[in-house]
Amino acid sequence: MHWPIDLIVLTFVIFCAIAAISVKDLLGTAILFGAYSFMMCLLWAVMGAVDVAFTEASVGAGVSTVFFVAAVFRTSRRTKD
Amino acid sequence: MRFLGFIIVCLTGALLLYGTGEFPDWGDPDSPASTHLSNHYIEKAIEETQVPNLVTAVLADYRGFDTMFETAVVFCAGLACFLLLRDFSQKKERFYRHTPTGVILHVKDSKKTLKVGKEFEHMDKDWVPSDLIIKTVCRILIPFIQIYALYVVAHGDFSPGGGFQGGVIFGSSLILLAISYDLKTLVRRVNEKVIGIFAALGVLIYVGIGVICMSMGGNFLDYSKLAPLVPGDPHHIRALGMLGVEIGVGIAVTAAMAIIYINIVSEGRHDEGL
Repeated sequence: MHWPIDLIVLTFVIFCAIAAISVKDLLGTAILFGAYSFMMCLLWAVMGAVDVAFTEASVGAGVSTVFFVAAVFRTSRRTKD
Repeated sequence: MRFLGFIIVCLTGALLLYGTGEFPDWGDPDSPASTHLSNHYIEKAIEETQVPNLVTAVLADYRGFDTMFETAVVFCAGLACFLLLRDFSQKKERFYRHTPTGVILHVKDSKKTLKVGKEFEHMDKDWVPSDLIIKTVCRILIPFIQIYALYVVAHGDFSPGGGFQGGVIFGSSLILLAISYDLKTLVRRVNEKVIGIFAALGVLIYVGIGVICMSMGGNFLDYSKLAPLVPGDPHHIRALGMLGVEIGVGIAVTAAMAIIYINIVSEGRHDEGL
């Protein structure tokens, strides 16, 4: 049986996106955003765009998560709204 | 107000979804994207550039001008972080920890500098030094990450990867050093001036290769004109030109990532951070 892996991953992408904007804890948002980027990376790999997947994994899931965590570390951890 | 915002978001989302309904299917051979230029790239890329990885050929050769300004954008991001956040004022308080006993010294006078030996280590105010296991694992891991980054840059012509990805991986190995030890360790190893020069040097290598191509009588970034300068098979000159460009991109991105991280995490003071 052929697994619709792109649909499964896409569902996870949407879950991560909704969770990232609804969570009050900004550190959690940063981590969820990293998970979102990693799922997008899987999606690119499924579609055969390996270079884009590589960029997404290194920039999106890797370094930008660190930048977000660093920014949260220097500002506040809770959102106002 | 929240309800109104929700309705606007829903309407915009519905419009966007409605718009995507008109898109051609994924991999549709009749779509505009795959009827004009793509065919030329797919059929002629290896013949014209001798580079097996089509994406690199398009990115660094056919659209080299575009990639040059992407590198410039990354450089500008690092520059903006430096200009906005860098704070040259010295902090008054410093903390030192005596490693064997764990006693913490709190120095309030900014003028007085303690000559600390091996038994004292610099400590951040908000954050305790990480333990031995994390330090040892990261110390073993970092060289492998860096070699992998160099591989990604150098092998960009043949497999997925290239200057951007390799540069980001190398930059994140530096960030890992700062996280596993402390920010002082990284700042001591990569001098601020050196790293700033490197960020500019990466862009300069890219532009320089283009200018050399012009001075050899070709167009800007026309790598085939470099053939008299480089010994070896002249058929591979485009691949070599792309390699040079990718190295420039890698240097610029590595330095920019380190600049952005150091300035964000220490609020521009370069003393203590995550």
